[in-house]
Amino acid sequence: MRALMSLVAGLWLAAAAAPVAAQTPPDNDTCLMCHLDPAATRANGTSVAVAPDHFGESVHGIFSCVDCHEDLAATEEWPHAESLARVSCQTCHDESVSNFEKSVHFALRERATGRAGATCVDCHGTHDIKPSSDPSSRTYVLNLPQTCGTCHSHQQIPGPGGEVFEHFQDSVHGRGLSRSGLTVSANCSSCHGAHDVRAPEDPESRVHRSQIAGTCATCHQGIDQVYEESVHGRTVAGGNLGAAVCSDCHTSHEILRSETEAWRLDAVRECGTCHVDKIGTYRDTYHGKVTALGFTRIATCADCHGSHDILPASNPQSMISSTRLVSTCQSCHPGANENFVKYDPHADKHDPERSPALYWSARFMQLLLAGVFLFFGAHTLLWFPRSLAERRAHRRAGAASGDRTPPAEE
Amino acid sequence: MTGRPRHLVRFKPYQRLMHLVLMVCFLGLAATGLPLLFSDSTWAASLARAFGGFEASALLHRFFATGMLLCFAVHVGELLYRLVAKGERSLLWGPSSMVPQPADLVQMYGHVRWFLGLGVRPHFDRYTYWEKFDYWAVFWGMFIIGGSGLLLWFPQAFSTFLPGWIFNVALLIHGEEALLAVGFIFTIHFFNGHIRPEKFPMDMVMFTGQVSEDELRRERPAEYERLVREGRLDTLAVPPEPDWVSTGGRVVGTTAVAIGLLLLVFILRGFFG
Repeated sequence: MRALMSLVAGLWLAAAAAPVAAQTPPDNDTCLMCHLDPAATRANGTSVAVAPDHFGESVHGIFSCVDCHEDLAATEEWPHAESLARVSCQTCHDESVSNFEKSVHFALRERATGRAGATCVDCHGTHDIKPSSDPSSRTYVLNLPQTCGTCHSHQQIPGPGGEVFEHFQDSVHGRGLSRSGLTVSANCSSCHGAHDVRAPEDPESRVHRSQIAGTCATCHQGIDQVYEESVHGRTVAGGNLGAAVCSDCHTSHEILRSETEAWRLDAVRECGTCHVDKIGTYRDTYHGKVTALGFTRIATCADCHGSHDILPASNPQSMISSTRLVSTCQSCHPGANENFVKYDPHADKHDPERSPALYWSARFMQLLLAGVFLFFGAHTLLWFPRSLAERRAHRRAGAASGDRTPPAEE
Repeated sequence: MTGRPRHLVRFKPYQRLMHLVLMVCFLGLAATGLPLLFSDSTWAASLARAFGGFEASALLHRFFATGMLLCFAVHVGELLYRLVAKGERSLLWGPSSMVPQPADLVQMYGHVRWFLGLGVRPHFDRYTYWEKFDYWAVFWGMFIIGGSGLLLWFPQAFSTFLPGWIFNVALLIHGEEALLAVGFIFTIHFFNGHIRPEKFPMDMVMFTGQVSEDELRRERPAEYERLVREGRLDTLAVPPEPDWVSTGGRVVGTTAVAIGLLLLVFILRGFFG
């Protein structure tokens, strides 16, 4: 609205200040004399047709063509030259354009990377621009993913960065928009912003590691309060950006409902990407083996450690602190007691300090297996040629004596 | 050699049945347990899913475990009955006892010398040293695998008087000892009983219960001479088993060997894949 008022004011000032115009600028009907023809093209065959209905219904429908195509206001020669000055949206939309100039889309154009960053028209359209509150607008919340997906889909950008649209559509946010029609569900601009979309590496980006929790907290406020107190939240706040942020566990675009089997299995693997030693010892346990087989009705990391509220065991509030451990185990093992929780869910058979009984049991079993298989392996290998010779000798003897009894089938 | 070869009883129907139950339970336990032991192998998830998921696998595993433990209990009960009520001292010592004796060591030494062409084949009696090893391996396995398995089956009950770390040890031992048992049966036992050229394709004695007089004389000369000396050879003579017994035994035995070898391939893929 402010943009509209500044435009009107600007036009009024311009009109008032101008000396007597040398020539009256063409009105829209004049332009449409040519541009109404759907077959009107440039020399290279591209269309120059303007659908008057589309323009009339657009947010700019009250303006003259020459308000945007400013260079035509003073043109005297008709038909005008094919090559026109680029329309400057900034004349009216100064704030949006200056935001856009901070974006990765703008930077891509400036850096001449060979990848064309989106401009105003790529997201908003040209003559048919509608306000983003209009359900038929390209930038309406329910339409925005499709608009961004024009470029951010597998077909357009090959490689891992390109499947954003496909991933998003299957995510809990994407389904919220497309299946449930929830306008409150996150769309692209909820996390990335609209005009000032920045690359995730940019510290000022809404999706930079230092900012993600705050961005998600726009909606997930209750989670954020818990997360900020957790070991991960505090570590990130302390400046160590290696600690887990929302997108590490939930991913960025593929976010699944936390009850799904796929998510529960993925989350275990995600924890393991940082906690490499812990995933190793977890996989040695029944819990870890069952999840490795792809089943989830068994303890995963979050069942014992919590999710957003993970705290170190030294904190009495932690699910694995000595005060809470019995009740944590009881959520699956109702009869768990103090003895029961002396089970080590991360026992390490290679570590005689942490797990002496397990370590020595493992060494003993190794010796036992090696001993038995070495002895009987050698025994068998030595026996084989003798047994073969015996079978042949028996056959020969049988043939000679006419004994037709087969050797081994009694 | 006088005319037609006679057939002699080696195993009673009860003993053959015990072997059959043990075999079925063993294969069932191996097939439902190995996916957990090799949970990071690709075949493991498929096998676990084939049994209907991990909960169904666990249920089947416990079903077969119960069968095997019952089998073991019946066997131990029978031994006690024969020992205490019937006073069969021959169970504890002598040629028809499973108890390892000095003669077994001597025969093992002699057998290896024979492998190397350094001596004659030992005169084996009713049970050889490798058969006794098989037997006691199962006995030991019953306690180790069965015991650790029960701990893991009822952790809450056992934790009323045992510290929790015992379950860490129990899981490790259960898996490793099971690997030993499965690996041993599917290689060494299969070789001794089935794949060894003298027995190939299969020693049918455990399925039919019978052995020909000729084979007994050749393979167990000490037992044969003893039976002749004691005049018991004739009491063991039976008519050859009916066809359905030998055919059935061959089908069941071949199936068991095939399943075992398939599982062995899985194990090897788990190790080296």
